[in-house]
Amino acid sequence: MLYREAGQFKTSYAADQAIFPIPQDRYMLAGILAIAFGVVPFVLNDYWVNAILLPFLIYALAAIGLNILTGYCGQVSLGTGAFLAVGAYSSYKLMTGFPEMNMLVVFALAGLITAAVGLLFGLPSLRIKGFYLAVATLAAQFFIIWLFYKVPWFFNYNATGQITVPPRDLFGFRLTGPEAVPAVRYLVTLSIVAVLALAAKNMARGHVGRAWMAIRDMDIAAELIGIRPLRTKLLAFAVSSFYIGVAGAMMFAIYLGAAESGETFGIQQSFDVLFMIIIGGLGTVLGGFLGAAFLVLLPIGLEAVLVEGLGLSTNFAEHVKLILLGSLIIFFLIVEPHGLARLWQITKEKLRLWPFPH
Amino acid sequence: MLKTLVKASAAAALALALAPALGAGTASAYEITVPSMDYRTGPYAPNGIPFANGWTDWWTLLNERDGGINGVKIKVVPCETAYNTKKGVECYEKTKNVGESGAVLYQPLSTGITYQLIPKVSKDKIPLHSMGYGRTSAANGRIFKWIFNFPATYWSQASALVKYIGEREGGMDKLKGKKIYLVYHNSAYGKEPIRTLQALAKKHGFIYRGLPVDHPGQEQKATWLQIRRERPDWILMWGWGVMNQVAIKEAASIRFPMDHFIGVWWSGSENDVKPAGAAAKGYLSGAFHAAGANFKAHKDILKYVYDRGKAVDPAFRNRVGEVLYNRGLVAAMWASEAIRTAMKIHNTKKVRGVHVRDGFENLNVDEARLKELGLEGFTIPVKVTCANHEGPGLVAVQQWDGKQWKIVSKFYEPDREVVGALIKEDSEKYAKENNIKPRDCK
Repeated sequence: MLYREAGQFKTSYAADQAIFPIPQDRYMLAGILAIAFGVVPFVLNDYWVNAILLPFLIYALAAIGLNILTGYCGQVSLGTGAFLAVGAYSSYKLMTGFPEMNMLVVFALAGLITAAVGLLFGLPSLRIKGFYLAVATLAAQFFIIWLFYKVPWFFNYNATGQITVPPRDLFGFRLTGPEAVPAVRYLVTLSIVAVLALAAKNMARGHVGRAWMAIRDMDIAAELIGIRPLRTKLLAFAVSSFYIGVAGAMMFAIYLGAAESGETFGIQQSFDVLFMIIIGGLGTVLGGFLGAAFLVLLPIGLEAVLVEGLGLSTNFAEHVKLILLGSLIIFFLIVEPHGLARLWQITKEKLRLWPFPH
Repeated sequence: MLKTLVKASAAAALALALAPALGAGTASAYEITVPSMDYRTGPYAPNGIPFANGWTDWWTLLNERDGGINGVKIKVVPCETAYNTKKGVECYEKTKNVGESGAVLYQPLSTGITYQLIPKVSKDKIPLHSMGYGRTSAANGRIFKWIFNFPATYWSQASALVKYIGEREGGMDKLKGKKIYLVYHNSAYGKEPIRTLQALAKKHGFIYRGLPVDHPGQEQKATWLQIRRERPDWILMWGWGVMNQVAIKEAASIRFPMDHFIGVWWSGSENDVKPAGAAAKGYLSGAFHAAGANFKAHKDILKYVYDRGKAVDPAFRNRVGEVLYNRGLVAAMWASEAIRTAMKIHNTKKVRGVHVRDGFENLNVDEARLKELGLEGFTIPVKVTCANHEGPGLVAVQQWDGKQWKIVSKFYEPDREVVGALIKEDSEKYAKENNIKPRDCK
């Protein structure tokens, strides 16, 4: 009833090509953004920012990045942890090497450096496909993490190989370091994620995204209709790595404040982000957000219910949580193999007919 | 209709479940919140469980036997970190404002989490005690105002262990040309001693070499193959969790002499040696407190905590007195003494994090006080000052005799000349990177 499109007429090409052609979608998105920008900054506290909002947003960005490569272009990657690390370490080197540099420039450059590294490791994708490519990116994961342990230049010759973020301002507000204002950290992260998510959505609808999807669906056919596999695949690697690099830089500079290559960006990280897009939905931008919410917010919510609500001991709750999360993942994959985003799409279709489905 | 009913009852159940959590905050008496950053799950759980039990049991003992500290009860708030940095940060944010006092101190038992929390506690004004782990240069209290790492740091320990080796070889000059290898957990924690060992190698002329083992440490075949080939004279180990027992088993399988294999004090507990069976006999490790349950405090714990059914982990009863249990106990003991000192200095029972920091900085637990606490001869006397957050820095060596751990050496003074210079260099670098002005210590 609320979601019915009947009577909505489009009178121009622009209206027909809009990102969100249905007004209800637009209103809802505007509403979410208004709450995220206008209300949340005034009610949040340290816990909400550090434990919930920042990890959610940053992982969502990383998931969008991986989704570009895996979901849209069909190239499986297990190197996400390493690319996050490249983003983090390049932002660290930029911040300590050029203390005056604007933080937005730092994030952009960290993204570009990661894009370059991603391009390099994307080269094998021209020759190898599927599982074999996954193994090649796995090599990237181990090699890059090892490199950040081995070469002391990357961590400024610290005794321990840990990198710690120096305090930096953005437009006069403290953004990084212990004195950072929670609302500023949240707003900066939110803005970057919102802009990049919008860009991803646009890219995916345009000729670039269509080329990616053509490669994904059948690369020989795509080549026959004039899509250059080399350029398209490498572009996907570059764009995806850019997103992941920015996410890594923000993960280090804004969210964690200190990092260590193997501990923070290990192989587990690659799997987590991969699970996010599989659960969230391959080849959708919304899936990145839903998947991140599922894997970041659900465990915290479950723990709150189990420990504070039901009074279970923390270690028992931890085990129950693992069991529940695992079963939920299996449940969702059986019920909806195309992910939560698909579930949302079905809901939307049902809503269009509701309450008179016949 | 049915659906509405189900929904309504689900909502009611949820409300009921959440009610006690909401109601708990309204207790009338002032309580001191002490978070317990446990890890009872994951690859490091075998080490995390005894420590968490010792830590919690001490606070329960104070509550049960003495009615708290000077009449103020302690509220222990557990939070599971699984030795994971991100979860540790979440735990910190979740626990720091619990109760009227807020968390008054942190003991994360993880070098990774410690690094994360150093800037955070400094801002939130809560003291952090990384007891014998964490960032070594935090020993410089002039720069790290909120961080304490007494009774000794990794660098002091590395130096003390080298001194022990020197003594066993018949003098420090005999170290020349000897091969001393380090098997370490490839993380911030494991890398801590490298710099000190390099400096000492230069000073005493021994050959140093580091062999990293990646998390979680189950795969060490290559490392030990290398050791078998190169036959070092001594092996030091900076390991944790499952890595320790695997290393000891591997050492046994290449018949490396156990009494030339020394672990850091995090690599010397019952869990580490028992899986290797009789082959582990003679294995050495660093120590700063005794093992065993033959102290008055332990008897009190059995009586007041376990017999009354107040223990957090009742099945642990027969393991009370294990090395890592005692380590949790000694950590809680020093923390409780810091709270007591804070109450005395500020002349208030309603202490918070800011006060407890002063308590830590003026902590003085001497032998007489240890006796009063029922822990005579349990550990070394500790005195912390404004400039020295490391305290005594003394390290002994303990040995596994097949049944139990026994301290077999004197307490060694570290090579202050080498260690002091490294601490100064590293802490000043940190201060410069983070715009911290060293404070004056009169």
